[in-house]
Amino acid sequence: MSIWEYANPKKFLATSEKVMPALWVSSAVLITVGLVWGFFFTPDDYRQGSTVKIIFLHVPSALMAINAWFMMLVASLVWVIRRHHVSALAARAAAPVGVIMTVIALITGAIWGQPMWGTWWAWDPRLTSFLVLFLFYLGYIALWEAIDNPDTAADLTSILCLVGSVFAVLSRYAVNFWNQGLHQGASLSLDEKENVHDAFSSPLYVCMAGFVLLFLALVLYRTGTEIRARRIKALMARERLEA
Amino acid sequence: MIALLLRDLKLAFRAGGGFGLGLAFFLIVTVMVPFSVGPQSELLSRIAPGVLWLGALLACLLSLDRLLALDWEDGSLDLLATAPLPLESTVTIKALAHWITTGLPLVLAAPVLGVLLNLPLQGFQWLVVSLLLGTPALSVIGTFGAALTVGLKRGGLLMSLLVMPLYVPTLIFGSEVARRGAEGMAVQTPLLLLAGISAASIALLPFASAAVLRVNLR
Repeated sequence: MSIWEYANPKKFLATSEKVMPALWVSSAVLITVGLVWGFFFTPDDYRQGSTVKIIFLHVPSALMAINAWFMMLVASLVWVIRRHHVSALAARAAAPVGVIMTVIALITGAIWGQPMWGTWWAWDPRLTSFLVLFLFYLGYIALWEAIDNPDTAADLTSILCLVGSVFAVLSRYAVNFWNQGLHQGASLSLDEKENVHDAFSSPLYVCMAGFVLLFLALVLYRTGTEIRARRIKALMARERLEA
Repeated sequence: MIALLLRDLKLAFRAGGGFGLGLAFFLIVTVMVPFSVGPQSELLSRIAPGVLWLGALLACLLSLDRLLALDWEDGSLDLLATAPLPLESTVTIKALAHWITTGLPLVLAAPVLGVLLNLPLQGFQWLVVSLLLGTPALSVIGTFGAALTVGLKRGGLLMSLLVMPLYVPTLIFGSEVARRGAEGMAVQTPLLLLAGISAASIALLPFASAAVLRVNLR
């Protein structure tokens, strides 16, 4: 029993279908609990008022925006090294989810920034690097869409993902150099004194777990769709040959 | 390798090669800027380093789709791929030829255009140095983008979308050097970072470009 067994699309589909209902239900429960808890059962911040509560959407979506790209990087590496088709399709399936998470993070950030900083947008390092990440996602998706041959597309996009990751990290530190930030530092790290208060962090963790599970469920679902689409194409091609 | 370089240079210089188009584009972009932001010389001299860097970047980007597409269309790229020269060296030479025909003229033209934009006197040397260090990275990164989209019809727009985000770090450090130079501040840190990005891109990206090109030629 090794993880590589799931490189078999059939085995992957069978297992993911078994796991997916649990994932959907638990992510829905966690997000509902986290958001209700966060929105209605936490105190208002003494300076930010109730706007602080947008953190329960902003932080989890930003978390998934970065980790979706990271997952695509791992899946691309697996495709380049071991050439498992499921892995390439999983990378393809994760990209639109990642780009939506990036957009949610940017928009909730803008809504939060307006009352707090007095501006919807500032060329702050974190904001800017998220915008750059968004552009990377767009390029990656556009390249997938532009190429007809699925294997060529998988090869090219995976190399783009590897090169793009290096440049995304470079940009992240380059923009740090380029402008000072408005955005606060990390507020959930383990050794920090300025962490967000427990009253906020507990529902936040629940929301984050919910978003992780939601992401997993969406990626499994979309990968399954991609596998089936590929299978339909193969069947139709065979039919055309026989006719 | 030298033969290939000479061939590419000759093709670029002779009629229909499009040599000088990038330069003309750089000129026209720079001339358009005062029309859009107004002729106040104080404002122009403040934005001059950034505008010149952006213009150089766009001129580079525009000339990229000719880099491999012509060889792809007439089949010489297949011959080059089967030649004894490794594909990695071929793409490096292609990038070098692109730099000589596009990057280097931009570097040489930049000071003249700097006069048009009222660039402060102490900024000229740093503008040239930053472009000299940065444009090779633009060529190498662009070659990667061109290799990614070589097989596509109408790949030009897609290539811009793919290449632009990769240009972000180079643009940031390059125009930071030029800006600090123009304002008379210390330039060493961004200059070293810019040089580092160029060196690393030249060393590593040809491998990625060659891998991508092999996939496209399959």
